[in-house]
Amino acid sequence: MILIHCPYCEEDRPEVEFTYGGQAHIARPLDPAALDDAEWESFLYIRSNPRGRHAERWRHAHGCARFFNAIRDTVTDRFEVTYKAGEQAPDGAAR
Amino acid sequence: MSGYRLARGGRIDRNRPVAFRFDGRDYSGFAGDTLASALVAGGVTLLGRSFKYHRPRGLLGMGAEEPNALVTVDRGPARITPNLRATQVALHDGLVASSQNRWPSLKFDVVALNDVFGALFPAGFYNKTFMWPRAAWEALYEPVIRRLAGLGESPVARDPDHYDATYAHCEVLVIGGGIAGIEAALDAAQTGGRVILIDDQDDLGGGALSDAALWPLLTDLKARLAGCANVTVLGRTTAFGYYHQNFIGAVESLTDHLAPAEATGPRERLWRIRAGEVVLAQGAIERPLVFDGNDVPGVMLASAGRTLALRHGVAVGRAVVVMAAHDSGWRDALAMAEAGVTIAAIIDIRDVVPGDLAEAARAAGIAVHTGCAITHVSGRHAVKGVTFAAAGTGPERHIACDAVLMAGGWTPSVHLWSHGKGSLAWSEAWGAYLPGTAIENCRAVGACAGAWSLGSGVITAVLPNRKPVRAQKAFVDFQNDVKARDIHLAVQEGMRSIEHIKRYTTNGMATDQGKTSNLNGLQIASTVLGRPVADIGLTTFRPPYTPQTFGALMGHHKDALFQPVRKSVIDDWATAQGAVFENVSNWRRARYFPRGGETMEAAVLRECAAVRNAVGMFDASTLGKIEVVGPDAAEFLNRMYTNPWKGLQPGRCRYGLLLREDGFIMDDGVSARIADDRFHLTTTTGGAARVLGMMEDYLQTEWSDLDVWLTSTTEQWAVIALQGPMARAVIAPLVEGIDLDGAAFPHMAGREGTIAGVPTRLFRVSFTGELGFEINVPAHEGRKVWDAVHAAGQAHGITAYGTETMHVLRAEKGFIIVGQDTDGTMTPADMGLDWAVGKKKPDFVGKRSLARPDMDAPGRKQFVGLLTEDAGELLEEGAQVVADPDAPIPMPMIGHVTSAYRSAAAGRTIALAVIADGRARIGQTVFIPMPGRVIRAKVTAPMFYDPEGSRLNA
Ligand SMILES: [Zn+2]
Repeated sequence: MILIHCPYCEEDRPEVEFTYGGQAHIARPLDPAALDDAEWESFLYIRSNPRGRHAERWRHAHGCARFFNAIRDTVTDRFEVTYKAGEQAPDGAAR
Repeated sequence: MSGYRLARGGRIDRNRPVAFRFDGRDYSGFAGDTLASALVAGGVTLLGRSFKYHRPRGLLGMGAEEPNALVTVDRGPARITPNLRATQVALHDGLVASSQNRWPSLKFDVVALNDVFGALFPAGFYNKTFMWPRAAWEALYEPVIRRLAGLGESPVARDPDHYDATYAHCEVLVIGGGIAGIEAALDAAQTGGRVILIDDQDDLGGGALSDAALWPLLTDLKARLAGCANVTVLGRTTAFGYYHQNFIGAVESLTDHLAPAEATGPRERLWRIRAGEVVLAQGAIERPLVFDGNDVPGVMLASAGRTLALRHGVAVGRAVVVMAAHDSGWRDALAMAEAGVTIAAIIDIRDVVPGDLAEAARAAGIAVHTGCAITHVSGRHAVKGVTFAAAGTGPERHIACDAVLMAGGWTPSVHLWSHGKGSLAWSEAWGAYLPGTAIENCRAVGACAGAWSLGSGVITAVLPNRKPVRAQKAFVDFQNDVKARDIHLAVQEGMRSIEHIKRYTTNGMATDQGKTSNLNGLQIASTVLGRPVADIGLTTFRPPYTPQTFGALMGHHKDALFQPVRKSVIDDWATAQGAVFENVSNWRRARYFPRGGETMEAAVLRECAAVRNAVGMFDASTLGKIEVVGPDAAEFLNRMYTNPWKGLQPGRCRYGLLLREDGFIMDDGVSARIADDRFHLTTTTGGAARVLGMMEDYLQTEWSDLDVWLTSTTEQWAVIALQGPMARAVIAPLVEGIDLDGAAFPHMAGREGTIAGVPTRLFRVSFTGELGFEINVPAHEGRKVWDAVHAAGQAHGITAYGTETMHVLRAEKGFIIVGQDTDGTMTPADMGLDWAVGKKKPDFVGKRSLARPDMDAPGRKQFVGLLTEDAGELLEEGAQVVADPDAPIPMPMIGHVTSAYRSAAAGRTIALAVIADGRARIGQTVFIPMPGRVIRAKVTAPMFYDPEGSRLNA
């Protein structure tokens, strides 16, 4: 059972309170109609799958219900840092 | 082996005899015995049959590592526990145990013929043999394998015991109660923090319990431990898993060691412990030696012989031979000799052993043969003697004996360290892996860290022998019957990684997780491959360290506490009416209301007819509800749903269709605009949380500029669906503040007023095709309004109906149920819902995906109706549909049945389906192959009743 730090609640809480939200920092295009099929596919389906540091979204579903971002190591399952939605990823974070 | 009780010695209480039964015979031991020690004292040699070959097996080890002596303990009906290690079963009065995997008896086992034909079962046997034909798996191979190769049998009755569960937090958690662990706990206690010490035995002390010289120290340490108020000692507790961030799972055995009459309260307790620091003091496990005949009952680990003598006062035999590759074997032999056990000889593979050991052995009158190896063990059900030779190949000599003790060195227990993702480092000195770098705040101490001297020795793969390895019964994994020759074969056949060798041979894959076999298997593979052990890798340790009961892992999460059950405020009423319920996600919903012993079919036909002919009432409270509020509420919904929302006037309702960004249908529901800045959304019962989560996602992360608030109101509203031609007449006397006239309050309108004096949001909507209302009232007033409507409806023949009738009525009208008629790959066009997609909207969730060429390519499955040629034939939901039932198998499938019911209104069965190019097939016949026959059905539009919709606007 991992403990995850919610940047809004400022608490370490058990992982059962959270839901995973996929890779972070992928913005929905402002005008999807302007994208060709390959570009839309890339937005919709193509994700990084790193062995190591991964920027990803989490939601404190059974807490404040807010979405936030995290850098997690996919090998050790360790959270390096969590930060609020809209904030820049820390320097060197994998994209 | 003819073990017996020594006249004195041991930590048993000779004043407290304990009576027990094993395989139907009475035995007696003493308090402080384990089942294993008491059986050995009683002269029992044969304790089980091996998994694959059914070879006779005796005791090998002394604790959690025991692979052979697996027993079933019978504590009465439904309290049968199989596969317990006899070494870890504490003896108590009235204990009833039996051996496993034998038929008809332990000594005369029919299946032991497997062993005679052992050449038929080489490594990779299962992979190679049971490939073809596939049908033979179910009919032949699997039943036979299950019968031949089995462990104990599961109890068939429900477990009557209960199991506790708790959480704990501490600054320091010490796992392992030997000297190293106790000392670590005492050190930690000095800091004043909370300390927990876990040990799996009945008595703290670990290996020191088998070393009389350490007993005074142990007594002193335990007294100091007892004086520390901040130390909690959990005995009879196994830490089975080490999870992230120092989270440890442990099971405490509470009553299994007690006589049944004394066993009250929970049987076991699951501990979930979060620790600041974890100190692992798991000790080390002795390694068997691999030689021909090393599994004959009576061949065991030297440490087990020592424990039996020093701790339990039991001699393993009357003439004991020690086969050593390590100093510890000599020390064990000397300690046993001093305790009164006759050591016939010490054979050591090494040419030179430390002078003090050789001297002590000579002084004790023990024959010593250095530079020699056992080449054969005589006896089948018990050791009768050994043959040995210099370097395994010299002239053979024979010693008569009834027990052989193996001292092959030690394997530090790094199981939990590895669970915690700590790295491992190969140690040449130990010939084993030791803890390397920790990831968690964790350290290892004592023998499991390689920090406890057990002497020195040499590591051998297989003892030298004139016979080739393939001709030897030299076992590596005793529980899974893996021999040295199997590992040789695996390498010959191309396996290189230890992970492949493990799976090919099943070495280390038994319930003991290879505690005594992994390192020997590695060593043999390394020798055959001619590569260092560290290059071959090590298989991964995974929880649990030892098998645990399902009961302990479940704890209180069973029956009513298994999952929360959500009940609407109408639940009590429905229960009183004799409703039959079904679970829909976590909700308990009334499925139908049988009268006077009606079947479901009869009840549903009656309920359907009542709605079509008069009026029915339905508890729709479980519908998901979201209140969407804010100046940008309409803009937000416009972006989320396929439909246009900005033009919807307050007081009007709209059917909303929600897609995922990939363009496939996710949810639907009717929603009402209450005011310019306020919507009352409904979702499917099962989709409520998912939809709210998705909306929050877009709102928080994509469109945070929108001023909108989302609130789940599912539990705040009770919803009564009133459907049927008499619906208006029923509520007319109860409603105030709303003009119910058809022109003033048309279909898909929403109004606020009161009903039975309770404020209501009253929607004129229909999921049945009849005139209908959905009455939303505050949940706490729901029952009151339900009762009022029910009373007012009596004059009109009102009938309560359940979810089954709701399903039939909507199917007659072709209304979809998301998740039943759709499967996550259906577009609005597929389902005939194009009309709900706002073509002029520049964007909504999923719109861009709908423009992909594949989304309207020919061949997509489309939503249609099916009418069987035989009007009484009810199709099975999920049944496959084909165009040509005579096509060769595998037959091309063109779709499947999604819904099928008996319809009172249609006077026959009806079905809904999704079929490739289904709308072009309307009027054609399709086929539904079923076992033994083929059903013919005609494709129709998905509409079986009132296609003009005239009843809706009544
Ligand atoms: Zn939070």
